[in-house]
Amino acid sequence: MAINATETLHINPQLTKKDFTSDQLVRWCPGCGDYAILSAMQNALPQLDLKKEDFAFISGIGCAARFPYYMSTYGFHTIHGRAPAVASGVKLSNPDLSVWEITGDGDSLAIGGNHFIHAIRRNIDINILLFNNEIYGLTKGQLSPTSKLGLVTKSTPMGGIDRPFSAGELALGARGTFFARTIDTNPKLMTRIFVESSKHKGTSLIEILQNCVIFNDKTHGAITAKENKDDFQLHLEHGEPMLFGKEKNKGIRLNGFKPEVVTLGENGITEEDILIHDAHEEDIMLHMLLIQMQPPHFPMALGIIRAVEAPTYDDLTRQQYELSKENAKFSNVEALLHSGNTWEVK
Amino acid sequence: MSGKQQSVELEKVVIRFAGDSGDGMQLTGSQFTFTSALLGNDLATFPDFPAEIRAPQGTVEGVSGFQVQIGKIDIFTPGDEADVLVSMNPAALKSNLQWVRKGGNIIIDSDSFEERTFKRAGYESNPLENGSLQAYHIIEAPITSLTKTALQGIALDNKSIVRCKNMFALGIAYWLFDRSMDQTLEFLQKKFKNAPLLVDANSKALRAGYYYAETVEALPSNYKVPAAKINPGKYRHISGNQATAWGFMAAAEKMDKKMFFGSYPITPASDILHELSKYKNLGVTTFQAEDEIAAVCSAIGASYAGALGVTASAGPGIALKGEAIGLAAMVELPLVVIDVQRGGPSTGLPTKTEQADFNLVMFGRNSDCPVIVIAPNTPSNCFSFAVQAAKLTVEHMTPVIFLSDGYLANGSEPWKIPSFAELPEINIPHAELNGQDFQPYHRDENKLSRYWAIPGTEGMEHRIGGLEKENITGNVSYDPGNHELMVKTRQEKVNRVAEFIPEQKVIGSGSGKVLVVGWGSTYGSLLTAVKQLQHAGKEVDLVHFNYLNPLPKNTEAIFNQYEKLLVCELNMGQFAAYLRSLFPHVKIEQYNKIQGLPFTVMELKEKIIELL
Repeated sequence: MAINATETLHINPQLTKKDFTSDQLVRWCPGCGDYAILSAMQNALPQLDLKKEDFAFISGIGCAARFPYYMSTYGFHTIHGRAPAVASGVKLSNPDLSVWEITGDGDSLAIGGNHFIHAIRRNIDINILLFNNEIYGLTKGQLSPTSKLGLVTKSTPMGGIDRPFSAGELALGARGTFFARTIDTNPKLMTRIFVESSKHKGTSLIEILQNCVIFNDKTHGAITAKENKDDFQLHLEHGEPMLFGKEKNKGIRLNGFKPEVVTLGENGITEEDILIHDAHEEDIMLHMLLIQMQPPHFPMALGIIRAVEAPTYDDLTRQQYELSKENAKFSNVEALLHSGNTWEVK
Repeated sequence: MSGKQQSVELEKVVIRFAGDSGDGMQLTGSQFTFTSALLGNDLATFPDFPAEIRAPQGTVEGVSGFQVQIGKIDIFTPGDEADVLVSMNPAALKSNLQWVRKGGNIIIDSDSFEERTFKRAGYESNPLENGSLQAYHIIEAPITSLTKTALQGIALDNKSIVRCKNMFALGIAYWLFDRSMDQTLEFLQKKFKNAPLLVDANSKALRAGYYYAETVEALPSNYKVPAAKINPGKYRHISGNQATAWGFMAAAEKMDKKMFFGSYPITPASDILHELSKYKNLGVTTFQAEDEIAAVCSAIGASYAGALGVTASAGPGIALKGEAIGLAAMVELPLVVIDVQRGGPSTGLPTKTEQADFNLVMFGRNSDCPVIVIAPNTPSNCFSFAVQAAKLTVEHMTPVIFLSDGYLANGSEPWKIPSFAELPEINIPHAELNGQDFQPYHRDENKLSRYWAIPGTEGMEHRIGGLEKENITGNVSYDPGNHELMVKTRQEKVNRVAEFIPEQKVIGSGSGKVLVVGWGSTYGSLLTAVKQLQHAGKEVDLVHFNYLNPLPKNTEAIFNQYEKLLVCELNMGQFAAYLRSLFPHVKIEQYNKIQGLPFTVMELKEKIIELL
């Protein structure tokens, strides 16, 4: 059969950011970190080998969840916490789609905690963007499951007494195959991670440290502030040493089972002593240590922390379908109705 | 058969098997059923089993029963009372005696009556000796010891041998009702094809029971129930849950869509998941979700992506799915929610039947959120109503609730296999581009339904969601006038379904003193009761609804022909209250039963006669 070369070339070089921008007025607060995330996504999609109609954005409830309305792709703004379940149904029924779930820390880690861990456990090939601003924004400022201990909010006037948990730790606990962390102040990193996550087969979780300018301003200040940036951001690259700092002279090494910050040239430390990042390592131990690091004792690890291969639920579904077709006793429902014990009444 | 015994011909007979959960009573009952079906009897079954998998042996809590009515006449129910009870132990006798007709036969495994066992079942003294069973004809058969004797020399352990006693009991029943053992012998060959010893043991026990019955004089006579006059054609046996599963598969194939079934295990709906999970090759994707909410949400996602999205549960799960059903109504996508009702509230009576989720499925969502509600009325017509549910949800782009219950789900009956060509056409309202910008909430003029634009289709990219949408454009809108328009449109869309469903039929003359009204699974008992009364010259008709929301458009005209209505349902009167709210001028009385059990024909007749 003759193949039409223009049809086999999937890339639409003509697609640009503009093609992914909807005609709806963006209604986030001025200065909200979400604007940068939206823009990074609109920059990322033209870089993928897909057509515009092949993207579906599925969201739950919250500020982040308005995201699909501002994309000109297929989009479905669902109900609180349930987006992973809706996205799973979308992917399993229409596996050629590139499915993106947009969620926040309340949506994913409180009301939707169950769906969140189970989507990751199944390793369905969807991408989850978790906007983590450590607060409930749309309901006007209550404590979230990632709020720092002691945070004073409308619902915790004496300070929060809930111990927060971390999206990355949960994801690894659920045997996640892809976890990346990025910040809303770094559009380049976001775009690059979105592109990479899209290529990963399985559930990709991307935690975006996002600033809520109204209810929890500068919650990530220890990492994002100009004076902190160099000393408290560790940009991980697979196969590269874990170096950071303005002079790139600080690094992470392992002391027993614990990570520690060391400085090149001090106490005889050389680059040899510094850990090399291996995102493809199956064992979660080091990835867990990287996820747990935070200021003031450590820099926050950013970039792709974990990307390992494992069978995806959608692939296994397809395999079982193929296998059942090979072994099928009947090829349509009518034949099924006539199968097994039947009798004729004359 | 020995000479002195005679054969008595019966129009219909009810037989009930009862024993421990582990005694294989469901299998015994279904074998008797299938053999009778092959013989040409009409029949209906009622499995009655406990919620516990294996409650302690010998206790009343652990008793599992299976009732079947067979006839040479049309059979619509499993029967009010058993003519014959086969009781494998004292606990089975204790809990099942209430279902046996006075004067009926009770076949008892006399080996099972020891002081320890009858005390365990809650008897003070041995009921076989204390005269408490004088109203019945008791046939004491040492089933356990005779089974052991018959199987002597087979290299099986004692436990496996004793397990064959259900086949011995089945053998007795086969002789008593003059049925051939062939079908069961064949079945045993297949079931234990990898264990020849078990084929041998079970077959021997079956034959031993049969010949025992033939030989002993304790049995007065045997009975013949000749074949019924049944429409010619090819038949199979089918249960409600199986028919439900197959109906949705058939509909999906008819509309050339994949079926997606998101479900979370719950009694008595789980069998639908089990059944569907076998047929991946027919394009069914089953997804065992992490909870009820994920189950319905995955089905909504599947519908959004272009499949027929279906979910199933029982009351507790339907309560959890409420918010998501509202979402499907709001975004106007296809979704079928199967509710296999059981006794409630809360966990209630998981294995017992009830019709008490009517209000839940009609009204159990926030705000004004109408959905289509339909209810099958026999185990086998779960198939055609499943097809209908799929047709309505797709053609009208709004959720449909399929209101089954435990009685239909587990009940079974012979079913004439329909031809695929007879099934209704399903016309999918696929969106089309007419050279203009795609408008996701553009509507069909007659049905008011929007069109289905499937992700992956070029040029139809659009956003939907739970926020109120502007009509036509589908953009988020907080406009007060638009909200009112949309609420009314969603209601009117469901109302207009009445134009697309069959008119309601009346069983009877069409006017008179009393109209009996029912819906769903109570059909068999209501029909039998009303027919018997009509036969006796009483002025009473029956209307039995399958379409509950909207009601068929001739409903009010029917009601106006009667002095009063008697609405019979297995709840406190939910459908009756609904009818009163719709037709305040109609005189509506109600008859309700809330025991986790179906109506008996006798109690219905008594109640109807009171009103005449």
